[in-house]
Order: sequence, then C-alpha cells, then structure tokens
Amino acid sequence: MTNPNEPAAPVEGGIVAEVAAMTAEQRAEHEAEVAEVVAPDREIGVEIGETLLELRDVTLKFGGLTALDTVSFGIRRGEILGLIGPNGAGKTTCFNAMTGVYRPTSGQVLLEDKPLGKASRHRITQRGIARTFQNIRLFGEMTALENVVVGADARHKTSVLGALLRLPRHHAEERQAVERAMALLEFVGIADRAADKAKNLPYGYQRRLEIARALATEPKLLCLDEPAAGFNPAEKEQLMGLIRKIRSDGYTVLLIEHDMRLVMGVTDRIVVLEFGKKIAEGLPSAIRENPAVIAAYLGVPDDDVA
Amino acid sequence: MTTIRDRWNNLSRPAQWAVLVPLVVLIFFLPDLNPPIIATTGTDFPTAMFDVARYALVAIGLNVVVGQAGLLDLGYVGFFAVGAYVAALFTSPDSTLHKIPYLWTLPIAMAITMVFGIILGTPTLRLRGDYLAIVTLGFGEIIRLLADNVDPLRGQIGFQAVGTVGGKPLFADATTWYRVVVLIIVGVLLLVGNLERSRVGRAWVAVREDEDVAEIMGVPTYKFKIWAFVIGAAIGGLSGALYAGKLGFVNNQSFDVVTSMLFLAAVVLGGAGNKVGVLLGAVVVAYLPLRFVQIAEYNYLIFGIALIILMIFRPQGLLGARQRLLARGRQAYHRLIGRGEQVSGESALSGDHGRVG
Repeated sequence: MTNPNEPAAPVEGGIVAEVAAMTAEQRAEHEAEVAEVVAPDREIGVEIGETLLELRDVTLKFGGLTALDTVSFGIRRGEILGLIGPNGAGKTTCFNAMTGVYRPTSGQVLLEDKPLGKASRHRITQRGIARTFQNIRLFGEMTALENVVVGADARHKTSVLGALLRLPRHHAEERQAVERAMALLEFVGIADRAADKAKNLPYGYQRRLEIARALATEPKLLCLDEPAAGFNPAEKEQLMGLIRKIRSDGYTVLLIEHDMRLVMGVTDRIVVLEFGKKIAEGLPSAIRENPAVIAAYLGVPDDDVA
Repeated sequence: MTTIRDRWNNLSRPAQWAVLVPLVVLIFFLPDLNPPIIATTGTDFPTAMFDVARYALVAIGLNVVVGQAGLLDLGYVGFFAVGAYVAALFTSPDSTLHKIPYLWTLPIAMAITMVFGIILGTPTLRLRGDYLAIVTLGFGEIIRLLADNVDPLRGQIGFQAVGTVGGKPLFADATTWYRVVVLIIVGVLLLVGNLERSRVGRAWVAVREDEDVAEIMGVPTYKFKIWAFVIGAAIGGLSGALYAGKLGFVNNQSFDVVTSMLFLAAVVLGGAGNKVGVLLGAVVVAYLPLRFVQIAEYNYLIFGIALIILMIFRPQGLLGARQRLLARGRQAYHRLIGRGEQVSGESALSGDHGRVG
C-alpha cells in the first residue's frame, strides 16, 4: 500500500500547475467554477427536505439466514445519514438491496416514492443511486479520468451508430463527460494523477477516485461504503471535509463507517443495525447515549471509543 | 517497448499521421516490391499476402470481442463460415439462389452474420467466462456440422466459381484482392477506433475489467456485450465473404475448430486489446508458415510452444493491451496536467484484472 500523501509525479503544466500557482482568491474562484460543473443543480435545497429513499420492511434471506429483518428507515433529501452496526450486522447487504445487487425477499425500497421493484442495476443508477465499494473496485486498466467518464456515461445515450459515425450527439456528450470528469477529479483532489491507470494510483487516491466516479453518474443519493477504511486520522479529517462539501453541493449521502469519530462528526442522523435488525435511529448525540447501541456495538463508554 | 510507445504517444497527431500514411502506402504496394527476404518462396507472394491480410481482418474483429469486451469466443470461425457461405450461395452457379453481383454480397454477408451474432449472443451472453467460451465453441461446431449435413450447403463438394462475373473472377490477380482487403482493414480500423473512443468502447473495457461494477455504474452491460458480438460477427463475416471471393471455392473443409484457435492465437499472441498488436499477431500466425514452408509441418507444435513461452514471460502478448477511451482525451490530459496519459498496460485476458487495492 502506498502512502496516499506522497507527492505525485511532478506536474509541469495544465490546470493542476496553474491552480498550484494561484493566489487564495483566484483559487476560491476556480473552486467555485469546479463546483458548478460538479453539481449543476446545486441550488436544489441544501436544506434537509422530504424523504428521498425509503426502505419499507425490507427483509432479505439467504437460505436460512436472515441478513435483513424488516428494516425500515428513510433518507431525507440533503442529509448525511450514517449507517452503523457491528461487523456482519447487514450494512453492506442493506446497500446491496438499495442498489439492486440483491432483491429484497419481502418489503420495498422506494426512491422518490416509486418502488425500485425489479429495475436492473444500471437502471437504478440512472434513477439516481450511486455507490462506492468497501473493497475498492475501480477499472484498473483505465486511467483515473476514464474511470470517471464511465460514470458520466450513465447519463448519456450515444450508442454504436452514433459513435461509429461520430454524430453530433456523440461529440456533445464526449465534451460534457470529459469536462465533468475533469471537474470531479479536481473536486475530490486527485486531478494531478488524472492520466495514471487506476491500478497504479496510491490507496487514498483510489478511494477518492471511487467517490468521483460515483458522483459522475449525477446521483440523487450517494452511498459510501466505508470510505475511510485504511485511512490515518489526517486523511479521515480530509475525507470528512470532502463529504461535507459533497452534501453542501446538494447531494444526499448515506455513509457506512466504522470510525465513530468520523460518523459522529459528519452525519446528521444515524441508523444502527444489529443482526439484520434496526435497533436505533436518531441524532448522533442520541445514538451516543442510547443504551441498546452501547450494549450492542460500542460496548464501552463513548469517550474511550474512536 | 514502453519507451518507444511513450515516444509515439507524445508525438502530435500530424506527426503520427506522417509516419502512418507512408507505412500504409508501403504495405499497400508490398506485393509489387516483392522484397527479397520477406517474399515467400513456396507460395505465390501476393496470395500469401492476401492470406495475411485476411487473418489481420479476422483478428481485428475477434479483438473487439475478446480484447476489448473480454468475452472469450472460441467459435469465431462460425461467423467467418457464415460470411463465406453467404457469398457462395449468392454468386456461385452451383447454388439455386438468385445471383447478385459479388460486391453486394459483402454487406449482405455482414448483415446476416450480425443476425447470427444476435442469435448466438442473446441467450449466451448471460453466461460468463468459461461457460461462454464453451457455448461459443459449440456454436462454431454447429455451423461446421450444418455445412456438413445440410444438403443445399453441398458438404464437401462445395461451391465452384464463387464471386465470378460472367465466369471470370472479379479481380484477376491476388495483388488486387490484397489491396482491396488492405483498404477494408484501414476503413475497419478507423471505424473500430471511433467505437473505442466513445461510450461504447468504455462500456466494453468496463465490462472486461469488472462486469458487476460496470453494471452498477450505469453501463447497460448486456446490451453492449451483444453489440460487441454483433460487430465482431460482422467483421468475421466480411472476411469470410472476401476469402470465398478470392478463393472462388467454398466447401466445409476450412471452418474447423483449429481455424478458430488460430484466429484466437493471433489475437492472444499479438496482445488482446491492442489493435496494432493483433495485426502483428495475425502476421505471425499467417505469414510465418507460408514463408518457412520447411517448418509448416510443425506449425501447431511451434505455435503451441511459442504461446506457452509467451504466456510465461509476457502474458499480455507481444504488445500489451492499450486503449484510448476518450474522444477528447489528449486535450483533456494536457489541459489538466500538461502531459499525456499512461497507456502501457498488461493483458486484457489476465485472471483478476480490474481488482486493485
């Protein structure tokens, strides 16, 4: 594993070098421009609003094993919801049920009040749910920029004929996708390695590239599966900043995380799972005091955690 | 290898064209030059060159399926056979079908093989990896057995005078046939390049790298896998029709599994996922046995050993996978970081590609 903070290969030209040479004021202006491309509809309520995604009595069984047992909770537009629980509690299964990897045995997942039903996985992405993976799963042979463009392609329609004949829509979509991908790489802070193959990126860069790729699909809901795994405290701090920035750009975030300090520091609400059942839901401060949660998961007084 | 490649990538577009155009012209006139060492002794040189070009076209088509989309197709010769039989059925006096000019059979052969691509792809592309390979192997055999056993396809007797106009072959000499195929290859390369640098090419590579993740990132994987099959089939059918036209004779003898393996060997040897690589692989597989007739007997032995050695020391093939997947990549990378992207890579067929971290 490479140190994510190691200096990248020297960048001699281009936007990255220009940004490095900018004054604070210019940089702020540039960041605003980048944010504009990253989240074109950012004015849509940073305020926490109505329910965006709802799990209604979701049960998921694998043979005799009940991985999720009548789990119900909602995610409101514009919030950062934390999903925590001991190992094996069903957090990632919950993610998989939301993103169509598994279909609930019973119960429903509703996005904007419409059930996902039997929609295929790519259709669910197009409807607005994007995710990252606990064990990083990038397209290793593609460059960082290409990885993000694949995400942006989810919104595009060019197919074989358009690409073969290089029709105007192909050109328009290519331009839009690359612009957005470049902005996203800057947004998550890895633009200096845009041209490197994903598999050759340092660990921290790979984690952030996954976030950029997921954001490129223009999701309504971004699901992060343990994005801080393997990070040191400084990197976790950076990541918290990034997650807040994503939220303030108008995205809704669902966060699975083990690191209590990160979860408590960044989420608006928390849902706690244990053995596939929801045992608590509420504000971080309430969860921190909740005896069921402490018994199930924290086990020790909260000031000793983290 | 990498340094040459990097140097090439850092050349500007016009500079690259300045190298490529003379190279293509040179290849185009190769049979006329009849260069001393390169020229084949046992076989007529233009005829040998046609064979090489035919393999090259097949390799480009198979590379779309195997190299780009990562779908192991062991029955590719089936599409080649369909193309050849379409040309034969529509032009040979031995066929009872209505005759049309030979050149018309090229697009028709492509269209019909595309249909076969859909027929094969729709049920099988839900399978993955080894399962897909077995089913495609079966497809190739089915086509061959149909040619053996369906009466109108005339089994071993076959079709005479395929692609003739009024009893005469369309092009009198092999050199013209060779040039036609070279021009078609250039055209196909440009079109396939267009696909590669688009949403389609990215979808294929994403499927190759990690199909589940591709799907979750919004790639309609099933649709694009079928497209890969269909486009590969069309190119295979086209080269089959050209082969039939040049040879003037089609029967059931040239479409066996071994031919499929040779096609695949060209792709794997040269470097799956690399257009230049598979061209090189096709040249190796088709040209060497024709040039060194003395060893032609030990053909498969030599290729077998060569492949084993290659897989040990250079599993990515002579030239590793390499793709540019963005129509505007060059400008984008230069705008961002002031230099080009990293393109050198490893095999498109390696075991757990795409897993990083």
